[in-house]
Amino acid sequence: MFEQSLLSLLIWLPIIGGLLVLALGQQRAGMVKLLTFALAMATFLLSLPLWIQFDGSSASMQFVENLVWIGALDIHYHIGVNGISMPLVILTTLITVLIILSAWRVIDKHVHQYMAAMLILEGLLIGVFVAHDALLFYLFFEAMLIPMFIIIGVWGGPNRVYATIKFFLYTFLGSVLMLIGLIYLYMKGGTWNLTELAALPLSLQEQTWLFFAFLAAFAVKIPMFPVHTWLPDAHVEAPTGGSVILAAIMLKVGGYGFIRLSLPILPDASLEYAWLLITLSLIAIIYIGLVAIVQKDMKKLIAYSSISHMGFVTLGIFLVFLLMKVDGNSEMALTGAVVQMISHGFISAAMFLCVGVLYDRLHTRMIRDYGGVLSTMPWFGGFFVFFAMANSGLPGTSGFVGEFMVILASFKANFWIAFSAALTLILGASYSLWMVKRVVFGPITNEAVESLQDVSSREFFILAVLAILVLVLGVWPEPLVDVMRVSVQQVIEHVSVSKVI
Amino acid sequence: MFGWSELIPALPELLVLAMACVVLVVGLYSTNKSGGGFIVFLSVLTMLFAIIITAKDHVATVEFSRQLLFNGTFIRDGFGDMLKIVVYILMIAVFFYAKQSLRTNQNVRGEYFALLLFATLGCMVMISGYNFISLYLGLELVALSSYALVAYSRTDIKGNEAAMKYFILGAMASGLFLYGVSLLYGATGTLQIDEMASAIARQDNDMLMVLGLIFVLVGIAFKLGAVPFHMWLPDVYQGAPIATTTFLSSAPKIAAFALAVRILSEGMENIFDYWQPMVASLAILSIIIGNIFALQQENLKRMFAYSTISHIGFMLLGFVGGADGVAASMFYMIVYLIMAVGGFGLIMLLSTKGIEAENISDFKGLNQRNGWYAFLMLLILFSMAGIPPLVGFFAKLYVLQAIIAQGYIWLAVTAVIFAVIGAFYYLRVVKVMYFDESETDQAIDVSFDVKAILSVNALAQLGLLVILPVLFQYCIYVTQSL
Repeated sequence: MFEQSLLSLLIWLPIIGGLLVLALGQQRAGMVKLLTFALAMATFLLSLPLWIQFDGSSASMQFVENLVWIGALDIHYHIGVNGISMPLVILTTLITVLIILSAWRVIDKHVHQYMAAMLILEGLLIGVFVAHDALLFYLFFEAMLIPMFIIIGVWGGPNRVYATIKFFLYTFLGSVLMLIGLIYLYMKGGTWNLTELAALPLSLQEQTWLFFAFLAAFAVKIPMFPVHTWLPDAHVEAPTGGSVILAAIMLKVGGYGFIRLSLPILPDASLEYAWLLITLSLIAIIYIGLVAIVQKDMKKLIAYSSISHMGFVTLGIFLVFLLMKVDGNSEMALTGAVVQMISHGFISAAMFLCVGVLYDRLHTRMIRDYGGVLSTMPWFGGFFVFFAMANSGLPGTSGFVGEFMVILASFKANFWIAFSAALTLILGASYSLWMVKRVVFGPITNEAVESLQDVSSREFFILAVLAILVLVLGVWPEPLVDVMRVSVQQVIEHVSVSKVI
Repeated sequence: MFGWSELIPALPELLVLAMACVVLVVGLYSTNKSGGGFIVFLSVLTMLFAIIITAKDHVATVEFSRQLLFNGTFIRDGFGDMLKIVVYILMIAVFFYAKQSLRTNQNVRGEYFALLLFATLGCMVMISGYNFISLYLGLELVALSSYALVAYSRTDIKGNEAAMKYFILGAMASGLFLYGVSLLYGATGTLQIDEMASAIARQDNDMLMVLGLIFVLVGIAFKLGAVPFHMWLPDVYQGAPIATTTFLSSAPKIAAFALAVRILSEGMENIFDYWQPMVASLAILSIIIGNIFALQQENLKRMFAYSTISHIGFMLLGFVGGADGVAASMFYMIVYLIMAVGGFGLIMLLSTKGIEAENISDFKGLNQRNGWYAFLMLLILFSMAGIPPLVGFFAKLYVLQAIIAQGYIWLAVTAVIFAVIGAFYYLRVVKVMYFDESETDQAIDVSFDVKAILSVNALAQLGLLVILPVLFQYCIYVTQSL
């Protein structure tokens, strides 16, 4: 019984809990925080059995629940996890706990609404990762715009209104096109079930249209060059918690969407346009990497570095098609992409939390306002340097694993792709380390920095958890790779067969 | 031919008629201080009884059989029953909101509720009319009551202007409708919907018939407020007292929808190919113009008026989708009107004595003043924008699915792109409520019952999800028997 409804519990516990928190109201802030933390922690603990009881040798969906929801349109409440979505679910539950902790003293306005929005967002994100019905996927995919819109808009920075409306409309426009595509698929196949849709034969022309409809949704979400411009705005204006959940989890939804929907349902169109996606990914890696170097605002810099890192995810995903032709190791490319998603979840979360720690103290994110932080905040300086190293892909950290796998796989496909992708190691080091140099090292530049207090035990705990995860994943990624191996193989097997009629 | 037993299926209409007269008389004796409450009580009671009678009749009838009464001028069927029940429910909300208005606006007296009841009766006749004459009678009863309701604040210049515009344009639309009916009569020799359908099936490509169809369609489009016959709608919505605006955006729209279904889907089913492109153009124009013009409105009532136009367009798209589409349209209409009534109800809520909170800026910082009402408005706005998991999304989904099934993918793409543009103005209101600082900390003074109705109304955006499968199945069911 418990196992059969475990995924539902993971979705609905935070959502219903969030509504409860909302009902508690503004006056009982202390109780709100405790309840939220308890709920987030419970969700996290409940998500662990997913890992423990997961059968890594099977590619089929596990922990499946399937109920008819709207019979007239054949919509099912059909959820389950495979090796690719399971780690993302656990990433979500873990990061949410850290976000709740990080907001403990920082959010003082409408605490109950902030906490409720975070919990509801968590439930919806888990829903996206476990949905096995195309419409259910869309439902969760779209519904998370509402809490995110509120989070950026209410607790954000000075230019928050512009940023949040831009964020909302960009992603909304992308996803409605996907909706049309999904309805078309439903009319064609008479089902919303993703497995059945993957088996549905489609002409190349149909696949092409659908591919671009899906691309509109996922490219905006990831985001890919040239539709990435909402991300720096949203990140800069969002409160720390908002930035963290955006970078660590929401961006992954786009990459996950490619693996879950675009690849299996539209393998021929994906093959046809792999060159386009790879080009855009390389532009993201190099051009956006260069853009990151010149940023003056720390959050903006990390936002651009996120786009650049997500370029690796799309590169890895679409390299599969090039490698299939030359008999390369496409499994490594796709595994690298997923590992990169998880690792970026930890590292970007940590980076944004670090900036948050500084921002809470001095209320500025400008690099020039800092300098010599290490002398006043030695612990924090250590963490910040470590995460910056991880961000630039230092071997031994998780940032290295995914990137290295993708680069290694790409050599077989084309030397120049590998060469361009490898440039990220230089670019990443430049923007991350140069920022760290200016912020953390050197002499103390002004009085404000001199008065800084080092991290509190709460902040220390959050950063330490992330640091340990980054290290463990960097040194020993085997468990993660093992869990997803069969699922990755299944995706590759599936896309290697044409389904053109 | 006439027997007393024929009156039984028309019992809800008779009840509303009788109670409208009673309320009119009672209204004369009520003063501002004591009155209001009792009249509202009577009106709501009427609606509750009407619900019981209609539902009982509906359940008692086997297999949704159709009953033709009064020489075929009046029909009782599952489709009509369902729409009437929706009308009653919407009217209950309207009565409560009007009562709120009664507290803040001295002018509203007993006859206001009598007029509302007469208009409700007109809506019911429109839903159940099966002959062009009875349909027209219903139409005029609604229209005449509405003119009076719009002009209710005698001293308000804007209200008078709105009523004047409404009256002139409405009379012209009625004229066009009647002219179309006369042409159709000339072409087919009957005013009876079912007889007309079979007459149309016998002859094809009659120019007279098509001409008649065009005029009738113009009349329907006017009543619904579809572009390019929408000019009256923003002015009337803005100028009328808020209680009237709430009413105008509820029951009459259902009635106009029923009119469209009776005439187009039932009477003219056989010349679907003629009216389909016309309705499609009306629909897509409404979506485009409605959404674009709504973007620049500072007045919330006016913004909602343009948003109504765009929603009407979406609803009309369903007609393009053939038989399945009518069920989708019906569902869209029901869902949209629940949102619209809730939205206007919230505007009413913020109104203080004599001043209506009709500007978007009046909603500034509502979240600070009262988080609950802000949350309710948030639900309604996101539902209107069609964001899942709110029920407005499913309404859009059904319509899109119906037209994509017919192969109109470009129509669907245009519709959703303008839905995204439309999302902006809803977001703007959310932004004002949640992100801006409040300029006033005046408490919102609402009686408990209005607050409860309003909460139910807004939470329906989530709550309907529970009964969503049943509701939609039912829409399909009753439209099948048409």
